[in-house]
Amino acid sequence: MRRLGLAAAAALLALGLASPGAEARTVRWATSGDPNTMDPHSQNVGTVTMVLQQIYDYLIARNADLSLRPGLALSWEQVEPTRWRFTLRQGVTFHEGQAFNADDVVFSITRAQQPTSNYGIYVDTVDRAVKVDEFTVDVITKVPDPILPNKFASVAMMSKGWAEAHNATRPQNTRQREEMFTVRNANGTGAFRLVSREPDVRTVLRRNDAWWGWAPENNPPATPPGNVTEIVFRPISSDATRVAALLSGEIDFVLDPPLQDLNRLRQAGSIRVLEGPEVRTIFIAMDVKRDQLLYSDVRDRNPLKDLRVRQALYHAIDIQAINRTTMRGQSIVTGTFFPPQVNGYSQAEDVRLPYDQARARALLAEAGYPNGFGITLDCPNNRYINDEQICQAIAAMWTRIGVRTSVKAQPLGPFFAQIQRDDTSIYLLGWGVPTLDALYSFQSLLATRNGAQGDGIWNYGGYSNPRMDELVQRMKTQSGEARMQAIHEALRIYREDVPHIPLHHQMIPWAMRSNITIPHAANNQPYFRWMVVN
Amino acid sequence: MNAVARFFDSDIWWSFTRNPITVVSAIVAAICIGGAVLAPWIAPHNPFDLASLQLLDAFKPPAWSAEGDPTYLLGTDDQGRDMLSAIMYGARVSLLVGFLAVVMSVVLGVSAGLAAGYLGGTVDALLMRIADIKLTFPTILIALLIDGITRAVLPRDVHDQIALYVVIFAIGFSNWPSFARTVRGSTMVERNKEYVQAARVIGLGRGRIMVTHVLPNVLGPVLVIATLQLGFAILAEATLSFLGVGVPPTQPSLGTLIRIGNDFLFSGEWWITIFPGLALIVLVLSVNLLGDWLRDALNPKLR
Amino acid sequence: MFAFIISRVLQALPVMLTVALISFAMFAYVGDPVAIMLGQDYTQAQRDALIQDLGLDQPFFVQFGTFLWNALHGEFGMSYRLSRPVLDLIAERAPATLELALTAAFLALLVGVPMGIYTGLYRNSWLSRFFLTFSLIGVSLPTFLIGILLILCFSVWLGWLPSFGRGDTVQLGWWSTGFLTVSGLKALILPSITLGLFQMTLIMRLVRAEMLEVLRTDYIKFARARGLSNRAINFGHALKNTLVPVITITGLQLGAIIAFAIVTETVFQWPGMGLLFIQSVGAADIPVMAAYLILIAALFVTINLIVDLLYFAVDPRLRVGGAKGGH
Repeated sequence: MRRLGLAAAAALLALGLASPGAEARTVRWATSGDPNTMDPHSQNVGTVTMVLQQIYDYLIARNADLSLRPGLALSWEQVEPTRWRFTLRQGVTFHEGQAFNADDVVFSITRAQQPTSNYGIYVDTVDRAVKVDEFTVDVITKVPDPILPNKFASVAMMSKGWAEAHNATRPQNTRQREEMFTVRNANGTGAFRLVSREPDVRTVLRRNDAWWGWAPENNPPATPPGNVTEIVFRPISSDATRVAALLSGEIDFVLDPPLQDLNRLRQAGSIRVLEGPEVRTIFIAMDVKRDQLLYSDVRDRNPLKDLRVRQALYHAIDIQAINRTTMRGQSIVTGTFFPPQVNGYSQAEDVRLPYDQARARALLAEAGYPNGFGITLDCPNNRYINDEQICQAIAAMWTRIGVRTSVKAQPLGPFFAQIQRDDTSIYLLGWGVPTLDALYSFQSLLATRNGAQGDGIWNYGGYSNPRMDELVQRMKTQSGEARMQAIHEALRIYREDVPHIPLHHQMIPWAMRSNITIPHAANNQPYFRWMVVN
Repeated sequence: MNAVARFFDSDIWWSFTRNPITVVSAIVAAICIGGAVLAPWIAPHNPFDLASLQLLDAFKPPAWSAEGDPTYLLGTDDQGRDMLSAIMYGARVSLLVGFLAVVMSVVLGVSAGLAAGYLGGTVDALLMRIADIKLTFPTILIALLIDGITRAVLPRDVHDQIALYVVIFAIGFSNWPSFARTVRGSTMVERNKEYVQAARVIGLGRGRIMVTHVLPNVLGPVLVIATLQLGFAILAEATLSFLGVGVPPTQPSLGTLIRIGNDFLFSGEWWITIFPGLALIVLVLSVNLLGDWLRDALNPKLR
Repeated sequence: MFAFIISRVLQALPVMLTVALISFAMFAYVGDPVAIMLGQDYTQAQRDALIQDLGLDQPFFVQFGTFLWNALHGEFGMSYRLSRPVLDLIAERAPATLELALTAAFLALLVGVPMGIYTGLYRNSWLSRFFLTFSLIGVSLPTFLIGILLILCFSVWLGWLPSFGRGDTVQLGWWSTGFLTVSGLKALILPSITLGLFQMTLIMRLVRAEMLEVLRTDYIKFARARGLSNRAINFGHALKNTLVPVITITGLQLGAIIAFAIVTETVFQWPGMGLLFIQSVGAADIPVMAAYLILIAALFVTINLIVDLLYFAVDPRLRVGGAKGGH
């Protein structure tokens, strides 16, 4: 019945706030999706972290430009190739009063390693965490891991005592018949505390005045601490309704305004649109493994295995038209598969095959398909910005060079289920890089799938190139210049082999009432700690 | 006097010409249906021919506005499809679904109603019980269920090909009881009339009596309900398509067009949603007006 | 009476079972929810473990049997999407949907009945013609379009009414109500109009038809012959006889209203069962979808049963299997 109590409290609170409160600066925030849990080590998806990172702190924090800065760890250092040492911040307390220390760090890292955690990729190289003293922790890795700090910027710190008291020492498990305490409760050390939570309806956060980060010296000069005292989060899944709510003043901040409505919002006067790139690249991937495609009218051979056919499909895409019309300018056209914010990016390798229909037709004819062929393009219709429209535009472009394309667009559930069964011939995918390091993309998308943790788990086209695999292994263990060389060589192979047809990096405009300022972040995470309401 | 002349001399024709609203709606319906049926021959573009689509032509406003293009009378959508052609083809799909669904309801409902009304007893009790249960479940839920089962049972390629017929079946199947009820009532009345008893006496079979003697006398109300149901069926299809479980997007109906256009409601590209919406309303309204008039004309009791 | 109830309940059983089977089977196409639950990064071992956890590796009928057995114990399992007991989720959402549905039904009656009476009594007045045309437009407009247009008009242009959600709610025991706050009442207006418009036109036409029918009957003619005033005849005799079928139909339509709430709740982001259902479809949250459909079916069966009992109580001539009402 605690839940009902909370809801009642929220209702009374909402009523109370209608009267002129002292210094109350509430921001009403909406996105299309609702976080499906409050457990910090369960679901590794943006809709969850966008709320939880307001509540929980991480050993290592990020600036608005996503560079690393001290969080709950004041400093960190690779004392041995397989040993990282973290020195912790002192005098930090959790929202419910527990003091933060090394035990909590060891506990949280261990918790993220549990099989029921979705955050395994951030602790995949960790062998164990060891308490050195009250405020020092060593992390022993199985192999040298140069990018461990990047990964630890995504592992939230929980209170060991609190988790044990509420029987939540492991992330929630779907097999359980009972609801875990952490599904609707949270206790972090962060800037805001969770006040009430009604899934799909409303989540209320209140400013934690005791937070260490409110001290001006604990913030980068570009982003002084903000002044928000309360965040009311409400999911609104319908695009039109979300825009209507912003226009009518019922909502102050929308993280994902539809692209087509940006002009209207800009003209509204009371609304500001903040534009910025996201660390996510949209591309077309395809079956380059099977000897005959599942969804094509070509029998006994796989046209996509032929480099010339892949190049032809690439040449046929008028990416500028997609950028201008379908994306309304809100995309960054690219010739590679991760954006410049990611470690390892190379301008020299970010080159597209030009849009050239004549060349595309010539390549097709050369490959033995003068009359083209038919194929089905699989596509999600609610995962990426204007995903279905992009697919339809591409289908028209390919059909013009003779590759008769039919689009099969589905919601993300069936779409992902299908491509994960390898039940596709060619499909649209978007890929974000939370670690901001190239390894994450190469390992998941291009390494040969061999059962090893993380290798090729999203390589549904079955791309396999021994040299690429070798380079991925080098990226995992080497550091410095040698590692950078491996990445750049892999990028060149990507460009020459055309395992994907890259399209663009997504832009993620945010819309808000014009009395609000907040730094834009390319991981699509609003940092309310830096939001100022005038 | 031949049949045509008799028709123009009849009460029905008289009541038709007397009511200007009916005449107008009949003309509008005729235009809608004509435009839809003849779309492949008279539409200015073929929105299904991918090779003819130019993304650069996308979002063109209607021809009469400043940035309009005379090639595209009602403007273009987000893929550069001509709105007028898309609406004509879309109305074709909507009408096809609506018409076939009603035909199916009529066949099912009339058979059940005749059997129940004429045979009576257990058959009657059973059929009417099923109809009762069926009537309490809203069309939309039945259609969702049927659509879901077929998706679960059929492989995806097969389902895509027959999705249109699944929707027709789903809507048709959920509307039959209203026909069954009416026909059953009329049949029970007709059954005891002398001409039927006479037919029975001379030894005609039950099936023959039902079809040749009873059926023609209960068709009037069926026609009325069918016309009214046509409007409902078109709306049901539009709602299903709006929820994303209707006809496949490769054959967009008016409902699909509205759903797509809904994204552009606030963006200034109003023509992408307003025109299909208007087309749907005008189509359904004119059909309903005709149905209303037909009911009053054929059934003076209800007037 | 008792035997009647028993037979009706027995008849309802196969219906419920079919719905259970269908609701369990239908969303197999949504694919496995595993992809959504695992997110972007996982190993094959994690995936296999989760599939086993959920019992998705079992044969279909084993899964269904388990499901049915648990459902009989009032246990619908945990939502994949929200990791919470399904019954809790539905219980939380039910008040929102029921308040919306009842308001819509009430609104439909409040406006529909007087309009129906008026058009029945004054068949040829211009106002009647206007009402009739209006009602035709009402049944010709798809629900979702009405909702969108209302939002556009009253929220975006005029800024009078909220475009989404329930506003503030007050907790009465386990029931959360929006009836007791100003913002809650304001939030109710647009969705209930959207949902009720169709029923309103239906009721209006029904009342009109019934009025015309009753006014032609012999006893009304006798009443007129006896010299009773028009007023007494219209309201004392005619209306009374009209209302029984109207209330019955409205009761039966309550099911339809709740089902159509799926569309209205989607447009207005109304936090009820319909929105929960649609969100669950998007996330392949099979336990929630199955439970919703079974509960809705149970609701329909119950409504049907009550209507049957009402007929039985009102008209003793009726026997099981006999004709129900005359329309």
